[in-house]
Amino acid sequence: MLSSGDLLRIRELLGREPSEVERACFENLWSEHCSYRSTRTFLRSLPTQGKDVIVGPGDDAAVVRFSDDLAIVVGMESHNHPSYVDPYHGAATGVGGIVRDVVSMGGRPIALMDPLYFGPLAREKNRYLFEHVVSGIGDYGNCIGVPVVRGEVVFDEGYSGNPLVNVVCIGTVHPGRYLTGHAQKTGSRLVLVGSSTGRDGLGGASFASRDLSEDASEEDRPSVQIGDPYTEKLIIDATLEMAATGHVLSCKDLGAAGLAGASSELCSTFGALIRAERVHLRETGMRPAEIMLSESQERMVLEVPAEHVAEIGRIAEKYNLRWSEIGEVIAERCYRVTFQGETVCDIPINLLTGDAPACRWEMEPYQAEQPFSRPVEAIKDLALRILSHPDVAGKEWVYEQYDHDVQLRTISMGGDAAVLRLQDKALVLSCGCNPRHIYLSPYAGTANAVIENACNLACQGAVPLCLVNCLNFASPIHPNVYWQLEQCTRGMGDMARSLSIPVVGGNVSLYNESDEFGTQIKPTPSIGLIGKGDLRSSLSPSDGNELALIGKNEPFFGGSVLDAISGCGGKAPSVADPSILKVIRSLVGKERVQGVTDISHGGLLAALSRLAPRSSLEFETEMFSALFSEAYGRFLLAFQNESQLRDIPYTILGEVGGDALRIHGPEGDLTLSSSELRNAANSVTRTMRHAWQ
Amino acid sequence: MRFAVIQFGGSNCDQDTHHALQDVCGVDTDLIWYKEGLRRKYDAIVIPGGFSYGDYLRAGAIAARTPIMQDILRHVRDGRLLLGICNGAQIGAESGFVPGTFTINAYPKFICRWVRIRVENAGTPFTSQYREGEVMRIPIAHKEGRYIATPADVAALNKNRQIAFRFCDETGDPSPQTNPNGSVEQITGVLNERKNVLLMMPHPERASEKILGSEDGKKVFLSIIDHMEGR
Repeated sequence: MLSSGDLLRIRELLGREPSEVERACFENLWSEHCSYRSTRTFLRSLPTQGKDVIVGPGDDAAVVRFSDDLAIVVGMESHNHPSYVDPYHGAATGVGGIVRDVVSMGGRPIALMDPLYFGPLAREKNRYLFEHVVSGIGDYGNCIGVPVVRGEVVFDEGYSGNPLVNVVCIGTVHPGRYLTGHAQKTGSRLVLVGSSTGRDGLGGASFASRDLSEDASEEDRPSVQIGDPYTEKLIIDATLEMAATGHVLSCKDLGAAGLAGASSELCSTFGALIRAERVHLRETGMRPAEIMLSESQERMVLEVPAEHVAEIGRIAEKYNLRWSEIGEVIAERCYRVTFQGETVCDIPINLLTGDAPACRWEMEPYQAEQPFSRPVEAIKDLALRILSHPDVAGKEWVYEQYDHDVQLRTISMGGDAAVLRLQDKALVLSCGCNPRHIYLSPYAGTANAVIENACNLACQGAVPLCLVNCLNFASPIHPNVYWQLEQCTRGMGDMARSLSIPVVGGNVSLYNESDEFGTQIKPTPSIGLIGKGDLRSSLSPSDGNELALIGKNEPFFGGSVLDAISGCGGKAPSVADPSILKVIRSLVGKERVQGVTDISHGGLLAALSRLAPRSSLEFETEMFSALFSEAYGRFLLAFQNESQLRDIPYTILGEVGGDALRIHGPEGDLTLSSSELRNAANSVTRTMRHAWQ
Repeated sequence: MRFAVIQFGGSNCDQDTHHALQDVCGVDTDLIWYKEGLRRKYDAIVIPGGFSYGDYLRAGAIAARTPIMQDILRHVRDGRLLLGICNGAQIGAESGFVPGTFTINAYPKFICRWVRIRVENAGTPFTSQYREGEVMRIPIAHKEGRYIATPADVAALNKNRQIAFRFCDETGDPSPQTNPNGSVEQITGVLNERKNVLLMMPHPERASEKILGSEDGKKVFLSIIDHMEGR
């Protein structure tokens, strides 16, 4: 529903009562989802320029130069509310939407990443959402043949009732042959290709910008779109074949606000005339507002010169896709829709696609850090609980459901980042953020999220090329939440600037709170980081290698996994020193290390369990703090001899080898056997398999 | 020598398989869109992995009923070679090239994992470059990859040496613990009686380059090439 304020403004701008179609257009295009009304001022503060940026924020996806003859196309989107109402189709169509965004830029999708956030698995509803979101992503991504190569999963009570499904899609295009979503020429035709249009997903854009009430599942179900990955695969191949003819002038996928959204944005450079009765439909008796706003999936609109429409149509037919010529680009700067000869919408196009009136909200800082109180449990019990916490434990149950090898680029997924071969270089990918840290310290937490992703790339010797994000927050009506938004975007922007990483795209998802569970999400500015490095054989420590820690350990327990399991409180990590990144990239680049991982959730303990599960270590300082603190900007390294580290400050921890993880420290001995480590790492798989049986 | 890789709507390993044959193994290979049919004779045909027709109805069921399958049937009757990989194997089984069928995994989820398989019969046009009992490391990626057949069919397959590959551990032991999808007797590669059709769930094209983690699967393609050269 349009707010009364918006309606007044629209009446004033038009000088008359808006028609049904016009109201529907405004409702969707002026929604938060489409026009960033609450966040625009923050987003404008992000650094978006860079020497390799060809297309920055504002189009369907960004285009960034990778080499002289190859650019990557990248976008990131959330599909949170639909994934709560219908986890399988909600997650699947989230994948479909961002893939089409990349395709509409002329990019061939080559990889996906999925950061996911759920409530604790102890709750059956959360297991159900987790299970079906993963299936939905898998079944869709697998079918279209785009590998999911990276992700993260965070479990926290705030996501009960508000799971977050974020998707990053990366594609490739020749830097001189990408398409944009801006019409090029008046008189050219608008061709709609793909699925027929039905009533599914009506009003999805405004739906995405609303609280989900207790009985949302029932009443909102018609707002969730149903995906058809087979048609999507045909759309991908057909659109790229159409683009290769050179006769597609511009292109846009139909996402939020359906044909009205796509065609008005596409034609905002000129004007548009749409003949709604020409749209191929799957239902009878659809009203023009329904046709224009339907969010039926797997549809694209292309701008094509009149003389080439038939050729484009033949390509659609090769792929058994339906198509129709539905209108044209006109010189008059208006957005006009006719239906069976009658004009049902006629408004100045800049009113729709220009900035919707901005919303400003109250802002109020908070302090949520608790004083630290040391847990009483034995260190071994704490260690095993941390390692079996689902944030830290192995995610085989998730990623084995994704075809991560298709397209023959995936070199490795293990370790800190995914590595894909791309021409003679490595495309290195990382994603995620730490909402518990960010909640306690929104500015530092988000700055650290940028650093942490950059650390992941550094472990593969890669330099960041660009960053995309999804800003997932609760309702900005709460002054604390609006403050989080301001702090998080500032933290992201400042760190991106200091690392010279352009922020090239993303989306905003607000109102992530649930009456049903009485929850609101922790601030979740999820990040996708794209980097470039050299191809090299993957590292693997061997017996006899020394282990060292680079970076300063400070006791930051607030928001750690230890805090999550014990409620110990403590300070959240301060902003890490980014100068460490160069050091690590150089060590990896010169092949001076046999293994390296960055220290993040689960602290040094989790890093050891990944890199050196069989090793002997000797700590001179307190084991508790060394193992469990989650200070950023630290790395665990394995190397053959110390001279390779030269002038870099480090602390020798011990040596790889033996039959268990053995640590001797001032508090005594800690031994974690291989079977104990395996058992802990297997906790997610065990929980989900057990639930199935 | 010329090979063909068939593209159905929804095939998604067509380019990968073409790359492995043409660029890695150096054999001329055409990509054939299913509507075009076979316009010439090919020495070997590969039906690649993917989700033809979105796996609607059953994996491979609709593609098996397209006109191009009649061309492929003639190709097989002439004694020339057909390799079906993953969805290609499902299409091949739906077409009746081998007994039995590939159905939904025992744990009914998609599974993408590197596994080991053992070469059960090295005396076929698809396996001659392997040693009998050789263990290879190769990925699987399927939701409907559990091979099942009647006990009588399985007995006949064993007797006629129609089993090409079984899941196994690093030492080559094909124990049930190594079976990722519940296939009968760990079978994951089946030949027809004449041994000119091989249907396999693992992806040899994904194990044909060292940088991707293994070259073990490449010898399936090299065996085919060697067989054609030797004729």
